[in-house]
This record gives sequence, C-alpha cells and structure tokens, in this order.
Amino acid sequence: MIELVSESKCVKCNLCVKVCPTNVFDKVDNDIPVIARQDDCQTCFMCELYCPVDALYVAPQADWNVSITEAVVENKGLIGSYREKVGWGPKRTPVASHGYIYELYKRAKF
Amino acid sequence: MKKDIELVADVLVIGGGPAGTWAALTAASKGSKVVLVDKGYCGTSGATAPSGTGVWYVNPDEESRTKAKLGRFELGGRLAEDTWMNRVLDQTYENMNQLSAWGYPFPLNEEGNPHKTGLQGPEYMRLMRKIVHKAGVKILDHSPALELLADEHGVGGAVGVRQQTGETWKVEAGAVIIASGGCAFLSKALGCNVLTGDGYLMAAEAGADFSGMEFSNAYAISPIFSSVTKTAYYSYASFYYEDGSIVEGAGSKRGRSVIAKKISEGIKVFAVLDQAPEEIRPFLRISQTNFFLPFDRLGIDPFKDKFQITLRLEGTVRGTGGIQIVDETMKTLVQGLYAAGDAATRELICGGFTGGGSHNAAWAMSSGTLAGKGASEYAQRTGVGNRDLKGLSSVPITVGNSTFKTAEYVRAVQEEVMPYDRNLFRTEHKLAGSINRLDDLWKDIRNGSISIEGNAIKARESVAMTLTARHMFNAAINRKETRGMHKRIDFPQIDANQHYRLISSGLDEISVRPKPVEQEAILK
Repeated sequence: MIELVSESKCVKCNLCVKVCPTNVFDKVDNDIPVIARQDDCQTCFMCELYCPVDALYVAPQADWNVSITEAVVENKGLIGSYREKVGWGPKRTPVASHGYIYELYKRAKF
Repeated sequence: MKKDIELVADVLVIGGGPAGTWAALTAASKGSKVVLVDKGYCGTSGATAPSGTGVWYVNPDEESRTKAKLGRFELGGRLAEDTWMNRVLDQTYENMNQLSAWGYPFPLNEEGNPHKTGLQGPEYMRLMRKIVHKAGVKILDHSPALELLADEHGVGGAVGVRQQTGETWKVEAGAVIIASGGCAFLSKALGCNVLTGDGYLMAAEAGADFSGMEFSNAYAISPIFSSVTKTAYYSYASFYYEDGSIVEGAGSKRGRSVIAKKISEGIKVFAVLDQAPEEIRPFLRISQTNFFLPFDRLGIDPFKDKFQITLRLEGTVRGTGGIQIVDETMKTLVQGLYAAGDAATRELICGGFTGGGSHNAAWAMSSGTLAGKGASEYAQRTGVGNRDLKGLSSVPITVGNSTFKTAEYVRAVQEEVMPYDRNLFRTEHKLAGSINRLDDLWKDIRNGSISIEGNAIKARESVAMTLTARHMFNAAINRKETRGMHKRIDFPQIDANQHYRLISSGLDEISVRPKPVEQEAILK
C-alpha cells in the first residue's frame, strides 16, 4: 500500500491525486497531498510511476500496513526504483522497447 | 433533478481501459461526439494499466491463424467460434499495427522490425489516453456512472458523480457502451479493485442478458503479501511445503487446483522460480518489471528464495463470462446499449477458459473497436433527440441520509465467492447454499436506498458484486459437468450433451437457459 509522500521531495503538483485509480489521495491547499483513504489502495504502483520527482513510496504489502521512513527507503535505493525500471523520466528509454522482451519471446515456455 | 454537469453526446463510453479507449477513439473517428467516463483515471484504471500483457497478434497466413485458433480451443471446452476468432485476430492485427504507427515503442526483432506480441500496460494506456484526447473525446476522470438512463426507445445516457468534487453529472447519448471491465470482488489482484461488476449491474437493470457466467472462477497465483498476479512466470516455479518437501502435482496451469486444495486445508505453500534457466532470468526481469518489484523491495530473490503464495480471485476479469452480445456491432439485447472488453462475454473467442493476456488483450482492443463503430453508426442513425429519460437503478438513489450497509454486503459476497471450496471446486450443495444466502442479501439490498451524498459508488459496487455472484452461481448450478474453468466436483467430466452456452437473465429472479453454440469452431 501507499505509505509515503515525501515532504522534502513533493512539489505539490497533485498528479498523484489525479492519476490514482482508486482515489486514495486528497489535495490540500498550499500543502502536499495527503494519503486520505489508504485502505482503498490496491497496490498497483501507478502513482509512483507517474510522480515526476520520485516523492512517493508504495510498500509491496497489499493487505497490511508497514511502518517505513523516508530515510530507510531512500538508503535502500527503493524510492523511485520502479519508475527507473519502467524507463519513465527524462533521459530514460522506456523498458517497452527493450530487446530482452523479444529475447524472452523466443525462449519462453509460456 | 438538475445535475451539476450536463452533457449531450452521440456516444457515451463507460470505462477507460483498453476496451473503452478503443471504443471511444473509433466512435470519434467515425465523426461521433464522444464522452468517456472512468471511475478512476483513464490511463491507470483497470487490470491492463499496471501490468504487462501478451497480445494475440498473429500473422494473417492460414497456417499461423489455424494454429492460433486451435491453441486454447480444447481448454475452452470447444465453445469458441471460428467467425469470432477470425474477426478478433484481424482486428487485433490492425490495431497493433496502428499502435506501432502511433509510436508505441515496440522492441525490434533481428530484421529491425517492431515485434508486436506484447504490450507494457503503463506505456500502452498512457498512449491510449493521449490519442483519445487528441481525437476530441471528452474524458471525465474519477466520474463513476451510477445508473443508466432509458425510455421506451432504449438506453439514452447515464448519470453519475465526480468523486473529487462531489458534483453530479448527466450525459444524454444516442448510444452507451459499457466497457467497465469484469468483476474481481475487491480481491486486490493487480489493478482489479476498480473492477466490481458495475457494468453488469447497469446492463441487467436495462434488461440485458449474460452468457457464460459460470466461467467466472479464475484465481491467480501471487506472493501472499503482494498484489502482483503474474501466473505465467510460475511455469518456472517449484512448489514446496514449509518443511522444504515438494508439493506433488502442483503447477501454474493444471496444477493450480492442487495448490488451492492445500491452501484451503490450511497448509502453507511456497514457490521459487528455480526452474528458470539462468540465461533467461534477465529477460524475465525486463519483460515484467512489476513482477519483480515486490520481491526487490523485500530483499527476496524469487529465483532462489522460497516465498509463500496464495491464489487471488480474478472472477470474470480472467474468467470469460459477461454481457451477452447479439452481433459484431457488440450490441446487447437492449436498444442503444453496447458492451466491450471484459464486460462482454469473451466466450466467443476463448470458450470457457483463458490464460492471461493474449486473448484477453486482443478481445479488449477488438471488441472496443467494434463497439465504437457499432454504437457510432446506431447513434448517427437514430439521433439523440428530446427524450424522457429515467434512471434504472434497482436501488433508489436519493438525496439525504441513508444507512446502506455497503461494508456488510461486500463482506457477505466475498464470503461466498472467494473460498476455493465454493467457487473453484463447485458442488450442487454448496452452490445452492450460496444462492440462497445471496438471494436473501439481494432482498435486503432492494429494500434499501443509496444516498448520492454518501459514497454512492461504493454502495453501487456492493449491489453489483451481489448481482454478479448470483448470476455466476445460478449459471454454475445449471452446468452439471466440468468444462473450461468451471469445475464441478459432483460432475467431474465434460458432457457432450451440454455443449451449449448458458444465458442468464434477471435481477430479482435469475433464470438460466441453454443456447446452442452458433458454429462448431474449427472442424477437424
């Protein structure tokens, strides 16, 4: 579930409020958005992917809360890691075009 | 009652996943004025957006096509139809080439040509939103439809709310396309919590029928802690008990029942992808980045470390049942009402079984395109006109306080549809028990009312899930055999005399009748 909106990184663009398919965030005037309905989070990671400044962290646990701090996920290099892997953001190449997808197609057993 | 936002369109599309976006785009390209409403956000909503998917993209030569059509024909219980498979293969081929022309970044093959047998959900749906927007379609995000509007000429629009502003909306339209997906009963399978059968409910309230609702018990393997359901990768898995011994017969395909039995007996099952050859592991990582994300975040190496698994219900999202359609325009029995994607029955190309991706992705884009064309032509023929439209909700949607027991209804439905010993392994006895309890629940629901100021969409979702479950189990109790994904413990064999579709109809009373399969699919 979504666990973190980083105060230090968030630029208040509210894109997460807009793109979350289950409407988990609320916009706050002159402040960063809040996680208003965490129970509605479906752990789809889309907010993280759309966040232009890597200010969000979705913990992989879908059914229960975990307590994490920004320092911990930052130190482990987890914050922003999904967007990097998908290849979204400036000077990145979308993973969709990666040649390994074709390589897997040639060899996959499914 | 006057709504805060009132719009008039030729075509209203409900749902902004792959089926809805292709439908909207196609209708707009035929000159129709189109409004698309999404319960969440068009671009991230639904099962496709957060995932990667294979696509049934097959070269149009006869040998390749025949092989493709036979691929899942037997698994589906011989209920797919040749004409439909041809139609969808043709349309998918065209749509995938179109995506390439629009700039979807396909990987290249040895000859330097785009390789088009799969799509990355985030990239695909972001592109679809952009193209739909460019085509002049008006998109309303976070704007669930609450009920259809109709008069004696058929369906003519819908009303709903905007979740983030509390405004109400009304769209009057010449035709309405339901592309709101299937129903996974809030199981948190990846991207599926917006898929709660809302479109089934609206279609049933308008008088549409369903086909194949017994094929609604798809369960996907996921790590116990995670939402990520990517069963295909488990074809490289070994399955273990807690003590490290092998679970005999367990597998990602036919062996899924073995896993389900163990878990329902309270035995923990673990998986590890140790059968994946070393050299393809980097390819697996790149092809499904989201599969590895939960593991990476917890420091688990899924190729080496055993992790506990569960099976998450995907209901009709990966099942094949849905709204019955009449012909290749994707129209339903109700004038002005069309269905596409998982909302419409996918039996026509899959029969009673489907693996992931492939056929499902092909169906979404093809049926969406066909529905967009069909609805657009209908709307242009009949016009919007001045109509006396009324809301069709089976539970009154009112202003003011209401005490609708949404959470209680959701829990009660989940208790019937989630247990493997009820829904995956079916018996007359347990199905009858579930039907009785769900009928009682339905009666209670029908006596309530939903407040537009409360969380009306959540209330409607609970009604939709209850109705979906009742159609599923009523169809299931009438198919006294095992065919496709429908497993009857009391009738474990396929029965040649039941080689037909099951059509279910109704709201308060659900009736089920057999319908012949139009054509023997591929006669060999």
